[in-house]
Amino acid sequence: MKKQWKIAGKAGKAVVLALYFIFMVFPLYWMVITSLKPRNEIFALPLQYWPKHISFENYVQIFKISKFQIYLGNSLFISLVAAAIVLVVTILSGYVLARFSFRGASQLMLAFFITQMIPLFIGFSTLYMMMSRMGLLNKQASLILMYTVGLVPFCTIMLRGFFQRIPSSLEEAAMIDGCSRLSALWRVIIPVMMPGISATFIFAFVQNWNELFMAIMFIDNETSKTLPVAMNSFITKFDIDWGSMSAATVLSVIPTVILFAICQRFIVEGLTQGAVKG
Amino acid sequence: MKPFRLNRTQTFIFLSLLPAVLLVFGFTYFPILKGIDVAFRNYSLFNLTDVHYVGLDNFRAVMGTPQFGTILKNTALWVIISLVFQFAIGFLLALLMRKGFRGRGIYQGFVFYSWALSGFLIGIIFRWLFNGQIGVINDLLLNAGIITERIGFLSDPKWAMFSVIVANIWYGVAFFAIMLLAALQSVPSELYEAADIDGASGFSQLFNVTIPYIMPTILSTVALRVIWIFNFPDLIYGMTNGGPAGSTHILTTYMLDKIIFSGDYGQASAIGIICIIILLLFLVFYMFATKAEKAGDF
Repeated sequence: MKKQWKIAGKAGKAVVLALYFIFMVFPLYWMVITSLKPRNEIFALPLQYWPKHISFENYVQIFKISKFQIYLGNSLFISLVAAAIVLVVTILSGYVLARFSFRGASQLMLAFFITQMIPLFIGFSTLYMMMSRMGLLNKQASLILMYTVGLVPFCTIMLRGFFQRIPSSLEEAAMIDGCSRLSALWRVIIPVMMPGISATFIFAFVQNWNELFMAIMFIDNETSKTLPVAMNSFITKFDIDWGSMSAATVLSVIPTVILFAICQRFIVEGLTQGAVKG
Repeated sequence: MKPFRLNRTQTFIFLSLLPAVLLVFGFTYFPILKGIDVAFRNYSLFNLTDVHYVGLDNFRAVMGTPQFGTILKNTALWVIISLVFQFAIGFLLALLMRKGFRGRGIYQGFVFYSWALSGFLIGIIFRWLFNGQIGVINDLLLNAGIITERIGFLSDPKWAMFSVIVANIWYGVAFFAIMLLAALQSVPSELYEAADIDGASGFSQLFNVTIPYIMPTILSTVALRVIWIFNFPDLIYGMTNGGPAGSTHILTTYMLDKIIFSGDYGQASAIGIICIIILLLFLVFYMFATKAEKAGDF
């Protein structure tokens, strides 16, 4: 009797997990399938759940009707540069906040936490004026600067958590051997922290890659547009052409989905270790 | 008195924190504080020469629009329904995945990837899925015999809010599942062994061992999530842009609408202040209701 219950329980568990799998994968599957259908098949009823003919014309089209390769390049460049700057800034701040206790440290952490809760849109008017005065409007530098700013608090908190797990005896030993603190950090701690640092970098990259509203605010010319801004103009300008739109969506999500798939274990670890202190 | 000087370690601390502090205070706190001032001015992108103080006019204008009641109601629905379902499904998944099974790593990669997508793109994806003419959700429901006529999910104000919330649930389950799974795995196995010896059933173990143990994580995750969903206009922006006829606006999409389409920063900032007040009231109430010490540090 009891054994039968156990088997039923296992089967039930498998069914629920399978249903959830379909629930999660189907939307992206549908986007990919749509993008691979010839244009007339997209709007033909009955809907084809598997395309009769696989075609790449939607992908060709998106590069023809827009400067898609430029947007891709801009997004890649801005996301990488901003993520790299974030790492340099927050490795220092995260390390100091993990290793030293000093007056104002907890207030600073609180100030970082609070930035995560206020809708930043409230400062957009001022930021717009600041960018304009600094001559950064329509320049990629505006986004590199603001993406860095936006990520500093969270990445500081995340890296601080990783640093706290590494015994400070490690760099102390190096310092006794004559290393300065900075070179101990660079030569001893950072190599040990590589999984955490990669997770932080990927997290930062993904956030930058996905950011939309600041990019809409600060960038209004073809040569500096990022992918989300381009997607935004596709949906606001005219009736949506779902063939090209699905191809553009697939191209925008593929990099982050692949990055996530490769490193999800580290990212999950990085995101949870702050919240869960068991 | 000795002159104030920093020793080597203090200098290191100071210099290491300087970039982070300058960036955050210069480009986050300063604009936000100025934004609060803007809320009391006549501040429109189309007329920046005359930005005089107008008292509470912006607040009156925002709260006086006929839509405002709907916006508040939508904001509440958006936060509460999304949160309840994200939590329930996320918790169930975490429980099912706790024991582990072959291929769990790969499974996680497939079901948690929504985390890596932007809300805006998810909005676009679901705009396509919920399409009233050739959307696949209509097609599936028709084939299953659940409906007999296609529903204009995003063109019918009765259905639009429901549709964006479904998309939001899809997006946010992963967050709860990840957090709660990590919390579940931190429960020491001795606690379950002891409960087994006492003959406690699975359900009683769940309510008497598991849930009490992970309560701090649950409370802090829920609080963070409420704030996060509240401040999350991206998905609605991509999916309906507040439409049809303003029926899916929440406070933050309404604020963006004021910024991006009408350029009225004064009113946008006023909405921002209303948001901050609501969030503060929520936090105070939440801490009080859950007794601050239980919520742990987050």
